[in-house]
Amino acid sequence: MQELAAAGEQGLVDALRRGDEEAFASLVEELSPSMLRVARLYVPTQAIAEDVVQEAWVGVLRGIDRFESRSSLRTWIFRILTNIAKTRGIREGRSVPFSSLGGDEPAVDPERFLGGHWAAPPRAWEGGERLEAKETLDLIESEIAKLPPAQGVVITMRDIEGFDSEEVRNVLGVSETNQRVLLHRARSKVRRALEEYMA
Amino acid sequence: MRPDRELRCVEVVELVTAYLERRLGAPEVERFERHLTACDGCTTYLDQMRVTIAATGRIRDDDIPAGLFERLVATFRLVTGGAP
Repeated sequence: MQELAAAGEQGLVDALRRGDEEAFASLVEELSPSMLRVARLYVPTQAIAEDVVQEAWVGVLRGIDRFESRSSLRTWIFRILTNIAKTRGIREGRSVPFSSLGGDEPAVDPERFLGGHWAAPPRAWEGGERLEAKETLDLIESEIAKLPPAQGVVITMRDIEGFDSEEVRNVLGVSETNQRVLLHRARSKVRRALEEYMA
Repeated sequence: MRPDRELRCVEVVELVTAYLERRLGAPEVERFERHLTACDGCTTYLDQMRVTIAATGRIRDDDIPAGLFERLVATFRLVTGGAP
């Protein structure tokens, strides 16, 4: 996003409105990789995710005249993207209703506690350099892919793509509390997967 | 959470994200941290959550597939009516 900021967001919006292909191309290069990653969480294949990203850019180009800078350009683009991805995911029979937080999902297996305190406490992870390995990052990615889409999207935007909580809330239209619950469940499951892997 | 008693580990693990997001009030933060000073298990747990977040943050996106990029530029020309 540094390049976006350097160009000046208003300048970029004006360029898109003028039909400046170079400005469009650089914005596409900058945002599409993260858009693809997010879209992929809603739909079953990479090819459909690419269709969703294309449809989102059409929405951006058609809607740019109505963009009002109440949110950042990135927030607005991701709102368009996630709406299209959600609709497509439902049509493909993949997505569950996004707003549902699901039932009670404890962060840690209740059997590890006795009287509310650790009976089987976590053991410190040895060999921290393993955490840097590509194999570990692949494991995290596959764990995120297994999450319910709402959780997967929140952890992806927050922890991989570096959106702050307010931006995620604005993109997804969820409350602060719901965003945090989704993030908590997602991170807890990824930690659990790493714990098994590091054991 | 009642303020008149100490936290249990089973509660601490559910508060970790709120703690890291700085969404706990001052008395809750104090209680949370008081528990940590006396509990190795929860200290390790919090550390692992931090490590998990950092590891997730090392995942990088692939570049945009060349075919998709070309499709998008073609779409741009179509929508804006620009010359090919």
